[in-house]
Amino acid sequence: MIDSYYSWGRYPRVSHNDVKKINWNDQLDEIDFSVEENFLPYGLGKSYGDSCLNENNVLIDCRGLKRILHFDSDKGIIKCEAGITLSEILDFSVPRGFFLASTPGTKHITVGGAIANDVHGKNHHVGGTFGVHLIEFTLLRSNGSKIICSRDENSYMFSATIGGLGLTGIITDATFSLKPCKNAFFKMDAIKFDSLEEFFEINEDSEERFDYTVSWIDPNHLRGIYNRGNHLNEETDLELPKPKSIPFPFDAPFINPLSVATFNSLYYHKQNNKTESDIVHFDPFFYPLDAFLGWNKAYGKEGFLQYQFVIPFDNGLTNLKAIIKKIAHSGLSSFLTVLKTFGSVKSPGMLSFPRPGITMAIDFRMTSKTLSILEDIDKLVADCGGVLYPAKDARMSPENFQKFYPQWKDFSQYIDPKFSSSFWRRVTR
Amino acid sequence: MKKVVIIGATSAIAHQTAILFAKKKYSISLCGRNLERLETVKSDIISRHKTEIFIKEFDVCDFNNMRSNIDSIINQLAGIDILLIAHGLLPDQTESQNSVEKIIKNMNVNANSVMAICSIVAEKMEEQGNGTIAVISSVAGDRGRQSNYIYGSAKAAVSSFLQGLRNRLYHKGVHVLTIKPGFVDTPMTAHLEKNFLFAQADSVAKGIMEAIEAKKDVVYLPKFWALIMWIVKHIPESIFKKLKM
Repeated sequence: MIDSYYSWGRYPRVSHNDVKKINWNDQLDEIDFSVEENFLPYGLGKSYGDSCLNENNVLIDCRGLKRILHFDSDKGIIKCEAGITLSEILDFSVPRGFFLASTPGTKHITVGGAIANDVHGKNHHVGGTFGVHLIEFTLLRSNGSKIICSRDENSYMFSATIGGLGLTGIITDATFSLKPCKNAFFKMDAIKFDSLEEFFEINEDSEERFDYTVSWIDPNHLRGIYNRGNHLNEETDLELPKPKSIPFPFDAPFINPLSVATFNSLYYHKQNNKTESDIVHFDPFFYPLDAFLGWNKAYGKEGFLQYQFVIPFDNGLTNLKAIIKKIAHSGLSSFLTVLKTFGSVKSPGMLSFPRPGITMAIDFRMTSKTLSILEDIDKLVADCGGVLYPAKDARMSPENFQKFYPQWKDFSQYIDPKFSSSFWRRVTR
Repeated sequence: MKKVVIIGATSAIAHQTAILFAKKKYSISLCGRNLERLETVKSDIISRHKTEIFIKEFDVCDFNNMRSNIDSIINQLAGIDILLIAHGLLPDQTESQNSVEKIIKNMNVNANSVMAICSIVAEKMEEQGNGTIAVISSVAGDRGRQSNYIYGSAKAAVSSFLQGLRNRLYHKGVHVLTIKPGFVDTPMTAHLEKNFLFAQADSVAKGIMEAIEAKKDVVYLPKFWALIMWIVKHIPESIFKKLKM
């Protein structure tokens, strides 16, 4: 029994029968898949809910597979083992003039995890998801076969694995393109907005001119700060210190209605002017929360849930208002709520979450009320044609999952017969 | 450009140090038992810094062929300026303390092979009148403790051997470096629970590189281990034997 593997939300907490720690690809060949249990690859456990967990079964910890296998410095194409982190890629690529073509709000995830969840970031409206930039990967199946997957070769397995939640096999290596950058810096604006209408106005004005956009919103006051930016696309001798990360010191529930209200108010008011512009290092721009390693501890031992949905643009403002109202009324603490619009760049991923529309991510501390309130919000999301993000989920009902992702049955044929996860067993019950 | 032979090149510390050698455009021979893994390490290093890299299958316990194997490594590289020995095995103390076989295997892998390789390379460096022999020993060799004395005794042998070798080769212009890392977060220690004492392989590699360039004799990595081990070494045996360390 192994109890030391969690997901980022630290809910649910489950035991695994075994964890295989893998440091070399040849060790994968030695795994005996003929045992009774099922398997699931595990990277850094940054999925929030149970999609990276495999209760009473086996995890294959691939974090040791972190080597770069090839780099084409002309085309900006990198091939690496799948346990390498985005942080390790950036350390390598930025000094060589390349940036990730898509990155989520933390760089402490593995490439395998980025593919399995088809992650997205602040440039989704122009760059799409991580899977869009993927060229090829090798997939190890439990029968020992190694399948090269790309848009041309085994293209269905390629699509199924992107956003496939680790269920199709183990990605041993991946090849993807990076985008050129001149330096590590970003030119950014932060604009205060005082209503959702204003958010949409600024958004419309910004999306054509800015590759990166994201907003923080205070759900109780429907106000927030709109961040937008571009790579500093000019030669510079600017030197900005790379911020250091500090570990979050306590394992205690700091998040409650009072602390959230205080934080949200301070965050909104820390900016005096309507618009502030700055040149910043990519770290605080992309990964503000990475400055606190283990910030998930702030929610205490009970853990927390992150709720991320996307709803269509059609009637979006009205629907969004109804959902936010419900969240605000719930009285549940939510801290650093994030709002963004997705674009129409299509991912090859079969089960990918992002699609054109409005997306919002809210953290909820785990309390006795949390699950039932989220059930209520699910109804609103479902009614307006929205869907939830499996990578953040620990509780959506099988009915809702199957409604959100009707392609799940088609996807099932690509699942490796010896692979499963807590999430998958739950939503396909 | 300098020529470096790394024994146990798939170890995390060796890999990270090799990246630093490659950055300086040194020619490198990566030696170890598993060619496929060596190939992977080579790909990673070459992707970072273009330099001449060879890989060579090498079993540290093949004592009968050791001299010819080392000759062929050095011939392929056309010389040797730096030898870095990084191979090792961390035996489970409880499993090995009552097993003659495991005690012998531990000594062969962690001590005898190191002394053999060093002796063969020392001859060549003595002849050419320059070079560096850098060996990863361990803080565990500084004092025998009940929790880890099988491993520790092999490392103690290595550390003592290197003291003597340094004394001998100093007069011939050859630099001998004893590297004593504390806990390092690598595959070798994957089963241990991590705490604040654990260092990352790349920071240890940096320390090794600095020590080679500064021609240091003995280096603790990270440096705070020098203080910890000074204290551990100075506890009187009459008290030490009662401790649970």
